[in-house]
Order: sequence, then C-alpha cells, then structure tokens
Amino acid sequence: MSGAVGLDHYLVLSLIIFTLGMFTVLTRRNAIGILMGVELILNSANINYLAFAYYGGARYDGQIFAIFVIMLAAAEAVIGLAVVLAIYQNFRTIDVGATENLSG
Amino acid sequence: MDHPVSISIVRYIVVLPLIGAAINFLAGAWLQKTFGKRIISVLGCGVVALAFLLAVREFFAMLALAPDSRFMLDSLWPWIHYGGLDIDIAFWLDPLSMVMTLVVTGVGGLIHIYSTGYMHEDESYWRFFGWLNLFTFAMLVLVLGDNLWLMFVGWEGVGLCSFALIGFWYKVYPNTTAGNKAFIVNRIGDLAFVIALYSLFAALGAVGHPTLVTREVAKYAPMLAGMPGYLGMTMVTFVTLMMFAGATGKSAQIPLYVWLPDAMAGPTPVSALIHAATMVTAGVYMVARMNFMFVMAPATMTVVAVVGGLTALFAATIGIAQNDIKKVLAYSTVSQLGYMFAGLGVGAFTAGVFHLMTHAFFKACLFLGAGSVIHSMGGEQDMRKMGGLRHHMPITFATFLAATLAISGVPPFAGFMSKDEIIWQAFAHGHTVVWGMLMVGAGITVFYMFRQVYMTFFGDFRGTHEQEHHLHESPPSIAYVLVVLGLLSVFGGLVKIPDFIATFKPFETFLEPVFSSPLTRQVVESGIHSRGTEAALGFVTFTMVVLGWLVADLMYRQKTIDPERFSAAFGGVPYNWVLNKYFVDEFYDFTVVRPYLAMTRALAWFDLHVIDGVVNLVATVTVLVAWLSGLFDSYVVDGLVNAASLVTLDVGGRLRKLQTGSINGYLYGILAAVMVILLVRAMLRV
Repeated sequence: MSGAVGLDHYLVLSLIIFTLGMFTVLTRRNAIGILMGVELILNSANINYLAFAYYGGARYDGQIFAIFVIMLAAAEAVIGLAVVLAIYQNFRTIDVGATENLSG
Repeated sequence: MDHPVSISIVRYIVVLPLIGAAINFLAGAWLQKTFGKRIISVLGCGVVALAFLLAVREFFAMLALAPDSRFMLDSLWPWIHYGGLDIDIAFWLDPLSMVMTLVVTGVGGLIHIYSTGYMHEDESYWRFFGWLNLFTFAMLVLVLGDNLWLMFVGWEGVGLCSFALIGFWYKVYPNTTAGNKAFIVNRIGDLAFVIALYSLFAALGAVGHPTLVTREVAKYAPMLAGMPGYLGMTMVTFVTLMMFAGATGKSAQIPLYVWLPDAMAGPTPVSALIHAATMVTAGVYMVARMNFMFVMAPATMTVVAVVGGLTALFAATIGIAQNDIKKVLAYSTVSQLGYMFAGLGVGAFTAGVFHLMTHAFFKACLFLGAGSVIHSMGGEQDMRKMGGLRHHMPITFATFLAATLAISGVPPFAGFMSKDEIIWQAFAHGHTVVWGMLMVGAGITVFYMFRQVYMTFFGDFRGTHEQEHHLHESPPSIAYVLVVLGLLSVFGGLVKIPDFIATFKPFETFLEPVFSSPLTRQVVESGIHSRGTEAALGFVTFTMVVLGWLVADLMYRQKTIDPERFSAAFGGVPYNWVLNKYFVDEFYDFTVVRPYLAMTRALAWFDLHVIDGVVNLVATVTVLVAWLSGLFDSYVVDGLVNAASLVTLDVGGRLRKLQTGSINGYLYGILAAVMVILLVRAMLRV
C-alpha cells in the first residue's frame, strides 16, 4: 500500500462516520442527540460526493450536490429543533420515549 | 301622384284620440273620482274635436292644391323591412280618406258630445270614453294607413273596440254573448281579408314588385291581369273576392250580417258611432280604396252588386216586423250598407261613398234620436209600449222625422241625393235585377221607417203611467247634437245633385282623382247616359217611396188597415218568417254553431280520455321506473360505496397498530427495510 491517499481512504472515512451517525441515531433517546447523528450521516454523504467528484471524471457536480446537502442539513436542523422545542413544551422533556403517546 | 305632398300634420289627427284613450284608460278612474265626470267629458270630446279641426284645416289645404296632386303623405317611421316587404308607419291623405276622416272625426265627435249626456249616470264613464277614443284612433288608422297592413291593423282595432263596447254593460250576460258573436263572425271575414293580402303580396312579388303600399299596388296591379290564381279563378278575381268576403264581415252583408242586429246590445251612442256611421262602412271604404283592382275583376264586381242588392232587400224585409226600436235601425243599417255595396258593385264608386257619408249623417241622427227616446222612456226599447212621444219630445221628433225623410229618399233630403243615384246607376250599368231589388227595397225602407215613426211618436202612449210621468225632452248635450245631425240629414246631400235636376256635383269632382285609373274610368263612364231615363226612373223610385209611406200611414197612423189581418190574409206564414228573421240565426245555429260545438265537445272528450290517458300512462311508467332505479341506487350503488368504506376502515384499524410512536422503532424499521432492499438487489444481480 503506497503512502498516497486515494479514493478508498475517503470511502472508508465516510463509512466510519456514517456508521457512527447511524449508531447515534439508533441508540440515543435524547432528541438533540438524534439530530446530531443525522448531521453525521449527511456529512458522510458529503465526503462521498466530494471524493467521487475529485477522483471521478465529473468536476463540479459532486461539489454542487454537497452544497445542496449542506443547505438541506441547515433547513433540516431548523425544523428538527423546532419540533424538539414543541415536544419540550408539551412534555417538559426531550426524551423521544415521551412521544410514544402519539402511537396510533 | 308620383310625388305626394309631404306633410306632418296627419299624424296629430290620428294620435290625438290615442292620447285621449291612453289618459282615460291609465288615469280615468282616478280623474273621475277626483275631479268629477266633467274632466272626462272635456278630455274625451276635446281630443276628437281637435282632430276634427285639424282635419278641416287639412281639407282646406287640400282644396288649395291642384286636383291631380291632392295626395298627402305623412311618413313616421319604418315598420317592417324584411324579404322585399317594405312597410312604414305612414299616413296617406287623399280625397277618399279625407272624406272618411271628416266623417269619422266629425260625426264621431258629435256622438262623443252626445254620450256626455247619454252616459252621464254610468259609473264607468271614463271606461266608455276610453274605448270611444280608442275606437276613433283605430278607425283613423284604418282609413289613413298608407299600406294595406296598417289598414288591417286599424281593421282589427275597430273590431276589438266594437267587441268591448257591445259588451260594455258586461254584467248582463246576453250583452257579452252579443259581443262574442260580433267578434267571432268578424273573424271569419278577417281571415278572408288576410288571405287576400297574402295572395296579393305573393302575386305582386311574382311580377317583381312585392309591395303592400296602396299607391304602389295601384301602380303595379295591372301587371297581374291574366295571372292564374287559386280555386280556378284568376289572381285578381280571387284577391278581390277574398277582400269582399272580408268586407261582408265588417260591413254586415249576407252571409255574415247576423252579428250587427245583436250588436245593438251596446249603449246607443256605440250603435250610432260604430254600428251605423263609421266602423261598418270600413268594408265599403276598402272596396272603394281598392277600386282599381275590383274593376279588373268583372266577376267580383257582379258578386258585390248582387250581394249588395240582395242584402238591401233582404234586411229591409226583416226590418218590417221588428218591434225593438234599435233592431229596426240595425236592419236598416244592414240594408243601407247593401245599397252602398250595390253602388260600388255596379261601378258607381262615387255614389257608394256618397251614400256612406249621407248615411252616416241620417243614421247617426236616427240612432241618437232612438237613444233619446230610450233615455226618456227609462230604458224601454219596445215600440209597442211607446206612442205619442212627439208632444213630449219635440226636438227629438223633428230631427228623427228629418232623418227618416232622408233615409226614405225624399227630395231634397240627403238620402235622396245618394240613394237615388245608386239605384239609377244600377240600372244605367245594366244590372236590371239589382236595380229591381234596390227599388223594392227603397219602398220597404220607407214603410218600416214610417212604421217606426208612427209607432213611436204618433197615437196614444201605451207604456205605464210611471213612464208617462217621466217623459221629458233630453238634455241640451243630446238635443243640440240631434239638431246638428238633423240639419246635416237635410242639407248634407247638396254637394252632389242628380244630373237630371242640376249639374252641381263638387263631391264627385273632389273624389275623382281617387277613381282615376284608366280601367276605373272606363267602368264608371260605361252605361247609359240619358237624363230623360234618369228622371223617369227617379219618378218610378219616388212612386215606390210614396207607396211605402202610404201603406205605413194606413196601417199605423190612420189604422184603416189592420196589420194583423193583413198578415193573416197570407196565412201568417210570411209574417212569421219575417218576424223570426227568416230563421237565419237558427239556420246558422243548426249548421255551424251546433256542429262546431259538437266537434269541440268530441275534441274535449278525446283530449280528456285519449291524450290525457297517454300522458297519465307515461307518468305512471316513469314513476315505476324511478322507483326501480331508486331501489338499485339504495341497495347496489350505495352497497358498493359502503362496502369500500367498511373495508378501508377495517384495514386502517389493523394498520394503525404499526404506528407505535417510538422514533427508534421507526428508525430500526427503516434500517431493516433498506437492508432487505439491498439484499434483494444484490441477490438479483448475481
């Protein structure tokens, strides 16, 4: 294995971050923790985009998509936090277990 | 004649009575209640009097023109312009319509004034004057319309007013049926008239000049000569016959005269205005107006002459036996109209129109005199209950006598000038049979008129004491009108004197431009021109007149001959027939009215049972089908809809358990699903 950093390194990094994010989302009961996990997942996707853009033929497509994802993540964080606030006001907690009251 | 003088005053003559009618109908009841009957009188008489003054003014304006250019046109606005038919609302004043306008507004105006006295007690005073004014308007439209359609509008308008005025006292049932009879009988004639107009228009269209404007019809009518028409006649004969059929309805000639005697149910001024002086002469006017076509159809001319002669004689004989003072005059009117038609039919157009005018004078006078008598007798119309009235009503008596002498044809009264001329012309143009009928009719006329005078004004009073106590001369509004009309009856005929006495005939000269088509001239000029013969025949007629008077005098004044024994001498049969008007009403009842009613009843039965049956069947079937459709709807369609909703509800109930509310649970679910999808894809790719 040569010392140069290649596509595989980025993909592995991305996979690690995705797994961390997924783990966070699945195990956290704190709503804000879940939102953080989601951010991790989105950023792992961004790394993939940029890596493929850099090593693949397409020059700007991946970067533009990455910018879109960042924007999306920001919007998602706003709405997510608003939901969390609403939950807090109703249940005086941000434990997602509380929302089991909403079951059908 | 191609360039009629254009004026704009005729419209006011026509419109004034319309304004009167409009105000009377719209505000009359209120005006009468608020200001009394006087304002209705002033309004009703005023508009007609104004129209008369305008007409007189136009008359002098017309005299100032050269005889050949005495044609005035007042065009208001375009009316119908469609498919080659160009008709305007326009009024056409020529010598003939001038004479008619003067008669309608003049005699009509007098009768309006008379009505203020006669109808004074009536609570529907305003309604009466509204209808009288409307009648005057319609009659003026008829007379002055410059085309045949406008004439027809007036023709129908006067029919409507006649109907309404006959049934004016509609609370008495027979009055309304009399109105209906007049209206329905007139419809028959009107239908013929419309057929004539359509045929004429179609025929003129076929030669390239579709028009109904009278003066243009006159111009193009010669092109129709020889054109085949309908029913095997030439077109001209057909059209003129149909027009004459229309005239028999409006002018009460055989066979459609039956409505006029019944029309006496109306108030007496109505009988005088509509059923003696003006409306019933509309047919005469129309034939005279269309003279250029009638002369093209000798067959029609003969029919007109014979029908006129027959009617003159036939109606006169019925007049003999009537006891109702107005019925006598009604049959007399029918008879005198027969004279007019006889005059037209033999080609003496001027004489016919002249008799129309003089008849308007003396017959209006007679009717109004009769009205004065009825007024004084408290509504009694039976002459058998009158008698000796000359002492109580000297003015009525004098004027009635003057008019009687006029209708009898005693020189120099108006009737002599016109009637003698007609009788002579019938002979001169070779219609000997018609001449005979007219002459005998003249004798009978004198008989029934003097019978009436003697029964009413001579002898002893035969009514009740109460009536005798009540007898009085009529109020001034009635008496003055009688005097004016009486004077007209005496002197009104002096505008045309028979040739064998003097050559003074401005009336004929005045009318000449109207009867100036070459063919009309030819027909008018034909026949004998012999003053000696005319004088001799005039003497014969006068002998008949004296004879008629003598018989009446012997029977009803001196009473040396008992009329009952006289009729018994013939077994009473002729008398019985005459008394019952030859059973013509019964004949029509049997042949026309009853079959017609039977037919309507049969149709009503058919309608009630067959048509209604079909309709009801259809309705029943529809209800049944609707019921079945309702069942299908509520069980099948609604069932499917309900089933769908139930299934949805059930499935939803089961599925909602998946909605746990646990976010982690959802995320695991998502993860599991993604993994399954990836797994499946991987397996499928391998």
